[in-house]
Amino acid sequence: MGLLTNLRDSITRVTDRLFADDEPKRIGIYGPPNAGKTTLANRIARDWTGDAVGPESHIPHETRRARRKENVEIERNGKTVTIDIVDTPGVTTKVDYKEFLDHDMEKEDAVKRSREATEGVAEAMHWLREDVDGVIYVLDSTTDPFTQVNTMLIGIIESQDLPVLIFANKVDLDEADVKRIADAFPQHETVPLSALEGDNMDEVYEKIAEYFG
Amino acid sequence: MPEATTPEDGEDGVRIDLISGARMEGLTSMEKIRLILDSVRDGDIVVLEAGLSPEEESKLIEVTMTEISPDDFSGIEIETYPTSGQPNQGLVGRLLGKEETANKLTVIGPANQIETLHKDEDLISALVSRK
Repeated sequence: MGLLTNLRDSITRVTDRLFADDEPKRIGIYGPPNAGKTTLANRIARDWTGDAVGPESHIPHETRRARRKENVEIERNGKTVTIDIVDTPGVTTKVDYKEFLDHDMEKEDAVKRSREATEGVAEAMHWLREDVDGVIYVLDSTTDPFTQVNTMLIGIIESQDLPVLIFANKVDLDEADVKRIADAFPQHETVPLSALEGDNMDEVYEKIAEYFG
Repeated sequence: MPEATTPEDGEDGVRIDLISGARMEGLTSMEKIRLILDSVRDGDIVVLEAGLSPEEESKLIEVTMTEISPDDFSGIEIETYPTSGQPNQGLVGRLLGKEETANKLTVIGPANQIETLHKDEDLISALVSRK
């Protein structure tokens, strides 16, 4: 891409954001598979609109296509923010249909699931470059956050100059270690929560209003 | 494809392509991604002296996903030395689309053949199996 094209695109991105204050902000929920992204998206959507975003499951790649819940109005401390929540498939660099066979799935269904998952991840990556105004990055606080995918994704988000909040999910579990996540990405604020149990959601909404309002 | 010889038929082994930063510098983003994925799909391991930019990493994941197919190619394993601190990049550099890629030695291989055993600030230890 030429220098002038880059410059024009950068200026367009900046002006788009400056003049789009009246439009709902598109907030992408990103993270690795099984971090609890859909559970969180559903929790936020139910709390503020009464509807869910999509089904949740312990099987990886339950969310295979991005789902959007529009016009979610969140009020906190006198500040109101209207966001479109975009729940995305778990980002990965590999998808093997054989992994789904362990979940009592027939080969045909497993292949279909993996094909949908790859399309969903490709779409989510494209949107990250082109179509979101901010990112909620969800991590499972019971697992090691120092993975290449997490490091790459955070780097990609930073390179886009997108505001990002890191949510350390599943703090209701005994093995949860929020400090490990905070230490992994010290340049960003880490908010602990349990999307499943609804723990610490007040702070979650405060931070969403603060970061994306 | 790098200008390297391919293993003779019947030859048993895993090829490793060590690609210099200078060689990658002259390529477009899509040429870099094609170079990497063509090698990895052939079962080779690619080591990049200078890593990819965040934009290129994003496109690499996207293109990889479009090429995954059952019983043929299940994706990539990728490991990079962590960069020390955040990219030191000014506003002008960002406006002109210049992205930090220096000091990011990167190892990329087929997901079904490479397994990362250990990674820290100055060591990536990987187990590579034959097909």
